[in-house]
Amino acid sequence: MAASSDRNPPPFPAAEDPEPGLTEPADGDSDEGEDIFVSKTNPVSVSRGVSQPDRGGEDPPDLFGEEEAGSTTAKSNGVHSDDDNDLFAEAQVELSTDKPGGSAQKELSASSTSTQSPAAMQPTSLEQLEEEEAKDSFDVDVAVTNPEKVGDGMNAYVAYKVSTRTSLTMFRSKTFSVRRRFSDFLGLYEKLSVKQSLHGCIIPLPPEKSVVGMTKVKVGMDDPSSVEFVERRRAALERYLQRVVCHPSLLQDPDVREFLERDDLPRAVNTQALSGAGFLKMINKASDAVNKMTIKMNESDTWFEDKFQEVEAEEQQLRKLHAVVDSLVNHRKELCGNTAVFAKSMAMLGNSEDNTALSRALSQLAEVEDKMEQLHQEQAASDFFIFAELLSDYIRLLGAVRGCFDQRMRAWQRWQEAQSTLQKKREAEAKLLWANKPEKLQQAKEEITEWESRVTQYERDFDRIGMTVRKEVLRFEKEKAKDFKSQIMKYLEAMLQSQQRLIKFWEAFLPEAKAIA
Amino acid sequence: MTKEEFTKMKQELEAEYLAIFKKTVAMHEVFLCRVAAHPVLRKDLNFHVFLEYNQDLSVRGKNKKEKLEDFFKNVVKSADGVLVAGVKDVDDFFEHEKTFLLEYHNRVKDASAKSDRMIRSHKNAADDINRIASSLYTLGTQDSTDLCKFFLKVSELFEKTRKIEARVAADEDLKLADLLKYYLRESQAAKDLLYRRSRALVDYENANKALDKARAKNRDVLQAETSQQLCCHKFEKISESAKQELIDFKTRRVAAFRKNLVELAELELKHAKGNLQLLQSCLGVLKGNT
Repeated sequence: MAASSDRNPPPFPAAEDPEPGLTEPADGDSDEGEDIFVSKTNPVSVSRGVSQPDRGGEDPPDLFGEEEAGSTTAKSNGVHSDDDNDLFAEAQVELSTDKPGGSAQKELSASSTSTQSPAAMQPTSLEQLEEEEAKDSFDVDVAVTNPEKVGDGMNAYVAYKVSTRTSLTMFRSKTFSVRRRFSDFLGLYEKLSVKQSLHGCIIPLPPEKSVVGMTKVKVGMDDPSSVEFVERRRAALERYLQRVVCHPSLLQDPDVREFLERDDLPRAVNTQALSGAGFLKMINKASDAVNKMTIKMNESDTWFEDKFQEVEAEEQQLRKLHAVVDSLVNHRKELCGNTAVFAKSMAMLGNSEDNTALSRALSQLAEVEDKMEQLHQEQAASDFFIFAELLSDYIRLLGAVRGCFDQRMRAWQRWQEAQSTLQKKREAEAKLLWANKPEKLQQAKEEITEWESRVTQYERDFDRIGMTVRKEVLRFEKEKAKDFKSQIMKYLEAMLQSQQRLIKFWEAFLPEAKAIA
Repeated sequence: MTKEEFTKMKQELEAEYLAIFKKTVAMHEVFLCRVAAHPVLRKDLNFHVFLEYNQDLSVRGKNKKEKLEDFFKNVVKSADGVLVAGVKDVDDFFEHEKTFLLEYHNRVKDASAKSDRMIRSHKNAADDINRIASSLYTLGTQDSTDLCKFFLKVSELFEKTRKIEARVAADEDLKLADLLKYYLRESQAAKDLLYRRSRALVDYENANKALDKARAKNRDVLQAETSQQLCCHKFEKISESAKQELIDFKTRRVAAFRKNLVELAELELKHAKGNLQLLQSCLGVLKGNT
C-alpha cells in the first residue's frame, strides 16, 4: 500500500492535490491554485464534529493512504482511538475515512476527506434508549472520497469511494471500501424509506439530482463550476451516509450493510427520473397530498400538534436564513472579483507613478489587495460549504420530519378505517341475525373476528409509531442542536482565522506606507 | 415596527449619515487648505470674504443658461485641446509632464472606478451579514432551548461584526476611493493647465508668424509687435507658474497618498483587531457554554 505514490492522472486537474488538510484551516489548502473549493472542503467536511484529528504518523495500509501519505488515516486513527475511550462518556460517533480496501487501483487523488461527524448519539429522554446506547458501541466511520469519472459521453458517471471503518461485529471486516455511484445512494434511500418510514423513522435525505450539473460533468467540461459541483455532491453524500450510520435502527438494516460492504451493487434503476418507477412515485405523492387534505385527525396528544407547528415554523425560518446566506456568498464572490480587478489597476498606477517610494508603496498595496481577494474567496467558500449547506441540509431534513408525522397520521387513518369497517361488519352481522341466515352468519362472524384483530393490530401500530416518532424527533433535535453548534463554531473559527491573516497583511503594508517620502 | 427594529434602523441611518458627513468634511477641508496654501489664491478677495463673513453668503447656483454655456465651453475646449496637443513642446520638462499626466490620469480614472465597485460589494456583504443577524435573532427567539440561546449569541456577534465591516467599507471609501477620485480631478486640472499653456504657446507662435509676415509686408508692424510681445509675456508667465504648480502637484500628491495610505492601513488594522477580539470572546463564551 505504501507504493501508492504513482497514481494515474486525475480527470479533475484542479482537484489534484491530495492535501488532507481537513482540520487545518485555509492555510494548508489555499495554496492550491484555482480550485479553492475543492481543497477547501477538506477543512469543511472534517469537523462536523468535535474531534480534531492531528496528523499523526504515516500508516501505510490506509485507504486514503492511497491518495496521499496516509495522513488521513493516521489522523483518523488518532481521533478514533481517542473517541473510543470517550465513547461511553460522550457516546459519540465519529467518522473518518479509512483503509485499505484494495479496491480502487485507479484512485484519483482528489480531495480525500475524512469527515468527522459527531452526530452525538445522546440518550433521549426515554430510559430504554439510554441503556441501549450504553451497551452498543456505535463505532462506525464512513467517508466518501475520490470522485472519479467513469465512462464517456452521456453514459458517463462519477463513482465515489465509500470507505468504512468499524468495530461492530455485524460487518464482515474492520475496514473496507467500495465504489458507488450517485444512483446507488438514491437507491439506498428509496429502500430505506419504503421499509423504515412505516415505523416512523426519520430517514436522512441524500442530495438532490441535478440534470444541469451532471450533464456538464458528463460532457467533460473540467471548469471550476463542475468541479465545485462534484465537490459539493461528494460532501453532501458523505454527510448523508454519516447521518444514516448514526441512526441506531437504520444501522441495523441489512440494506445499509449491503450498501457499505458489497462489492457489486445491482444498479438501482428505479431512481431514474423518467422511469416507470419515477412516474409511479409522482402519482403516489399526489394521492398522498390529496389524502392529507381530506382527513383531519383528532389529535389526542397535543405534543404532536405542537411539535408539528414548531417544525413548520422552523423550516420557514431556515429557508429565509438560507436565502440570505446565499446572497452573502454571492456578494462575497463579487467582492472577490472586484478586488482582483482593483489590485491590477493599482499595480498599473504604481507603475506609472514616478516617485519611487510611492510607486513601491502602491505596488505593495496592489499585492495586499491581491491577498485580500484570496482571503475573500476562502471566506466565501467557508460561507457556502459550512453555513449554507448546513442550512439546506436541515431544511430538507425538516421536510423528512414532517413526512414522519404524516406516516403517523396515515397509521391513524388505517386504524380508523379498520374500525369503521369492523362497525359495518357488526351491523351486517346484526342484520343477518335478524334475518336468520345461518351460513352467511358464520361467514360474518369470521369476518368480524378477523377485523377485530386487525383493529387491535392497527391500534398497536399507531401507538408504536407514535412512540417511535417521539423518540425520533427528540433524537433529531439533539442531533440538530449539536450539528448547528459545531458547524457554526467552525464557521466562526474560519472567520477568526481570516481576520488574523488580514491583520498580518496590513501590518506588513504599514511600514511601506510610512516609508513614502 | 417594534421598538427594537426602530432603534436599530435609527442607528443604521445615523451611522450612514455620519460616514457621508465625514467624507464631505474631509473634502472641504482639503479644498480650503489648498486654497490657503497657494501663494496667489490666498490673496483672493472672494476667499477672504468666504472665511470672514459671519452671515449667510447666499450663493446663487448656476441657472440653466449658465449651465448650457458651460457645456458649450467644454465642447470647444476639448476640440481645441486635441488641436493643441499635437504641438511639440520645446521645453523637456513640460513634454515629460504631458505624457506623464496623460498616462497617470487614465490609470487613476481606472483605479477610482474599480475601487468604487469593490467598496460597494463590501457594503453589500456587510448588509447581508445584517440580515443574517436578524434572521438568527428570530430563530433564537422561537423558544428558550440551548440551541436558541446559541443562536441569540451568534446573532449578537454578527450584529457587531457587521457594524465593524460597514465601518471598514466606509473607511476604505474615505481613505482610498476618495483619494483616487480627488487625484483624478487634480490630474484633470493639471492637464487643463498644460492645455492652457499650450494654447498660450500656440498663440505666441502665431503672433510670431504674424509679426514676421507684417515685417515682410511692412504693414501693421507695430501692432503685430505689441501683440507678439503680449503673447510672449503671457506665455512666459504661464510657463513659470505652470512649472511651479506642477512641481507642487507632485509633492502634494506624494504627501496626500502617504497620509491616506498610512491612515488606511492603520484603520484596517484597528478594525481587524476589533473584529478578532469580538470573535475570540464570542467563541470563548460559546465554547464555555457547550
